[in-house]
Amino acid sequence: MTATILRRGEIVADDWTVVEDGRTELGAAGGKVIVTLARWRAEREALLSGHAAVGVLVPNTADIEAVYAEIADRPLIALQFPAFADGRALSQAVVLRKRLRFAGELRAVGDVIRDLVFWLGRCGFDSIVPRKDQNLEGCRAALGELGVAYQAAADGHTPVWVRRRRVQVAVH
Amino acid sequence: MYRYDAIDHALVTQRVEQFRDQTRRYLAGELSEEEFRHLRLRNGLYQQRFAPMLRISVPYGLLESAQLRKMAHVVRKYDKGYAHFTTRQNIQLNWPKLEQVPDLLAELAEVQLHGIQACGNDTRNITSDYLAGVAADEHIDPRPYCELLRQYVTLNPEFYWLPRKFKFGFTGAAVDRAATRTNDVAVHLVRRADGAIGYRFFVGGGLGRLPMLGQEMNPFVPESDLLRYACAVLRTFNRFGRRDNIHKARIKIVLREWGIERFRAAIEEEYAKINASLEGDELLLLPEDIERIRAHFTAPAYAPQAEIGADVAGIAARDAGFAAWIRRNVRAHKVPGYRVVFVSLKAPDHVPGDCSAEQFEALADISDTYSFGELRSTYDQNLVLADVAERDLYEVWRRLDAVKLATPNIGLVTDIVSCPGLDFCSLANAGSIGVAQDIYRRFDTLDAQYEIGAIRITISGCMNGCGHHSVGHIGILGVDKHGEEWYQVTLGGSAGNDAAIGERIGRALARDEIADGVERLIRGYLELRCDEDETFIECYRRVGMAPFKARLYLNESEAAAA
Repeated sequence: MTATILRRGEIVADDWTVVEDGRTELGAAGGKVIVTLARWRAEREALLSGHAAVGVLVPNTADIEAVYAEIADRPLIALQFPAFADGRALSQAVVLRKRLRFAGELRAVGDVIRDLVFWLGRCGFDSIVPRKDQNLEGCRAALGELGVAYQAAADGHTPVWVRRRRVQVAVH
Repeated sequence: MYRYDAIDHALVTQRVEQFRDQTRRYLAGELSEEEFRHLRLRNGLYQQRFAPMLRISVPYGLLESAQLRKMAHVVRKYDKGYAHFTTRQNIQLNWPKLEQVPDLLAELAEVQLHGIQACGNDTRNITSDYLAGVAADEHIDPRPYCELLRQYVTLNPEFYWLPRKFKFGFTGAAVDRAATRTNDVAVHLVRRADGAIGYRFFVGGGLGRLPMLGQEMNPFVPESDLLRYACAVLRTFNRFGRRDNIHKARIKIVLREWGIERFRAAIEEEYAKINASLEGDELLLLPEDIERIRAHFTAPAYAPQAEIGADVAGIAARDAGFAAWIRRNVRAHKVPGYRVVFVSLKAPDHVPGDCSAEQFEALADISDTYSFGELRSTYDQNLVLADVAERDLYEVWRRLDAVKLATPNIGLVTDIVSCPGLDFCSLANAGSIGVAQDIYRRFDTLDAQYEIGAIRITISGCMNGCGHHSVGHIGILGVDKHGEEWYQVTLGGSAGNDAAIGERIGRALARDEIADGVERLIRGYLELRCDEDETFIECYRRVGMAPFKARLYLNESEAAAA
C-alpha cells in the first residue's frame, strides 16, 4: 500500500518503501527503498545493484557526524522520532543541513504528529511521514503555523539580530 | 525596558492563535491528553490540583505599569482576583478556565506578556539580578544579554523538545542576587584586564532531586559568542540528556555521570565546531547587535540630587513606622538622591508572593508616579521599585502601606520563600503556605525579627523544590508519609556568592511540630552566636550541625544520633 506523505509542503504518494530489518523481500525490484543503517553497512553492494535508489534510516542516538561519511551520497536520510516529544533528531537534522551540508531528502518518521510538523520544517526536514491517524491537510497547514521566527535554524530564516542590522523594524 | 518591535509582536500574537487552535482541537477530542499536555505546558499552562495554573513569563523580572494594570484586569476577569509571584520571577494564576486561556493569553499579548516556554521541557524564563542597572556593585548590566539570549531560545525549533526543563540565570554584579548557580546554566558577565567583556559560564546546576550547583565550564567566552556557546550547551544536552527517566533527565545528571572533564570537552568540541561553520557566522553577535538591544536599557532621566534629594534620616526620626521601613526595605542606589525600594509580599497572614488586583493597580500607579513606570520581581518573591527619589520616599511608603505592601521585613525571618504547596499544586506532597504562616506568627514582632537579623527560610511542598528549600539557611521540605504531611529540615544552604546546598539535619517533623522546631533552631542560634553581628548562616558555619540538632530534637537519643 502506498502511503501519503508531505514533501516540500505538498501532499504526495510516497515512492519509497521502508524495509524492516530481517525482511528479505526488498520491495519491488528496481524500486526505491529505505533500510536501516545496520543493513546499509552490511549489504551495501547488493542493495545498490537491486534498486533504483537506497535511503538510510539513522537512529536518533547515532553520532550523525561520525556516520555521515557512510551516507553522505544517499538521496534520502530518514531520522526517527520514537516519541513526538523526543527531539534528538532535530539536532541531527540541523547538523546535517548546516554543518554537513546534506542536500538530499531529509525525512522524519515515527510518532510524528501535526503539532511537531512546524518544528520539523524549521529544522530542515523536507519530507515528513505523519503518524497514520494524523490529518494530512492539518499537517500541511501546520508547516506555516508561525510566520515569524527569531533564529535561523535550517529553513532559510535570517536571524532576527541580522534582520535588524539591515532595516529599522517598526517599534510596536 | 525592552520594547517589542513588529517582529516580536507578530510572534507573540501568532503564538496565541496557534494555541487557540490546539485548545480547540483538544476540546474537540482531536488531541490526546498526553499530546495536549506537552503543548499546553509550552504555553505556561499546568494542570494543578483543582484547576489549571497559568504561569506567565516575566523576562529577567522586569515589569512596567501597563503590564501591572493588565494583570489587575486579567486576575479579576479570569481568576479569583489575585496572582502569585514565584522564585523564578514569574507570575502564576491559580484558577483560569482552560477554554478561556486563549483569550486570556491574547489580552496578555497586548502588553508583551505571555506564557511561552513557562513550563515544559524547553528553555524557561531567564532570571537575573533584580537590581540590574541600579546596583553600585554592578560591573556590567546583564539585561541586554538576557534579552539577546531570550530571543535566541524563544521558540527555537532545535531546542523545543528537550529531555527536561532548562534554565538560565544571569548576573553582572559582585553580589549574586539571582541564585545563578542553581540554574542549568549560569552566565556571569565579566570584564577582562584588557577591558574586553565576556561571559563566565557555569553549567550543571539545578535544585529538585539531587540538588547541585553549576560548575565552571569556561572562564571567558567572548562577548560576540553568547549564542554560540549557548547553542553548544543546548545541543549537547539535547543529544545526551537522558530520556529514560524523568528524575535523571536534567543536564546536571550528564555532568555527574560523565565527570567534569569529559562533559567540558564535549561542550567545547561542539562550540569549536559551531565557530568553524556557517552556523557560527549566523550566531555571531556584532557590537551593533548588542548596542541595539542595550539601547532599550539606558538609565531613566534621573533628576539632579539638589532637586530630589531629601533628609531621609530627619523624616524617619519623626515617624517610627517609616523609620522601620527605611531600615529594612530601602537600599542604596548608585545615583545620588535615589533609593531602591523593596515591596514586601510577605505581610502577616498573607500567602508569600501573592498579589491582589488592587495591589497590582496600586503598584502601577506608584511606579508611574515615582519610579519611571517600572517594577521588578525578585528571587525572594518580593518586588522592587528601582528608582525612587529620596523626597518621594515618605509618600511611597504611605501608599504602599495603604495596600499592605510595606511590611518592613525584607531579608528577615518572616520574609519566607514558599511554593504554593499542597493547597494548589498537584505535585506537592505537603502544604507549605500554612507552615510559612505558622512560622511567621512565631516571630511577628519587629523587635524579635530585628534581633534575629538576616536569615532566609525557604519551604517547598515536594522534592521538585520550587520553594528552593535546598538553598535556604533553614530549608523545609514537605514529604508524604502514609498520607500524612511531614517536614524535613536542612541547614546551611545558601543561594548567594557563597552558594551551598543545605544539609539534612535528621528525621522529619510532623505538621504540628515543624513551627516549634524552627522556633527552637532560631532560639538556639540566638544562644550560640558569638555576637549580634554574626548572622544565622555564619553561626551555623562556625558551630556546625550538632548544637542545632540538639535543640531541634527534644528526645535526647535522637539529638545525639549522628
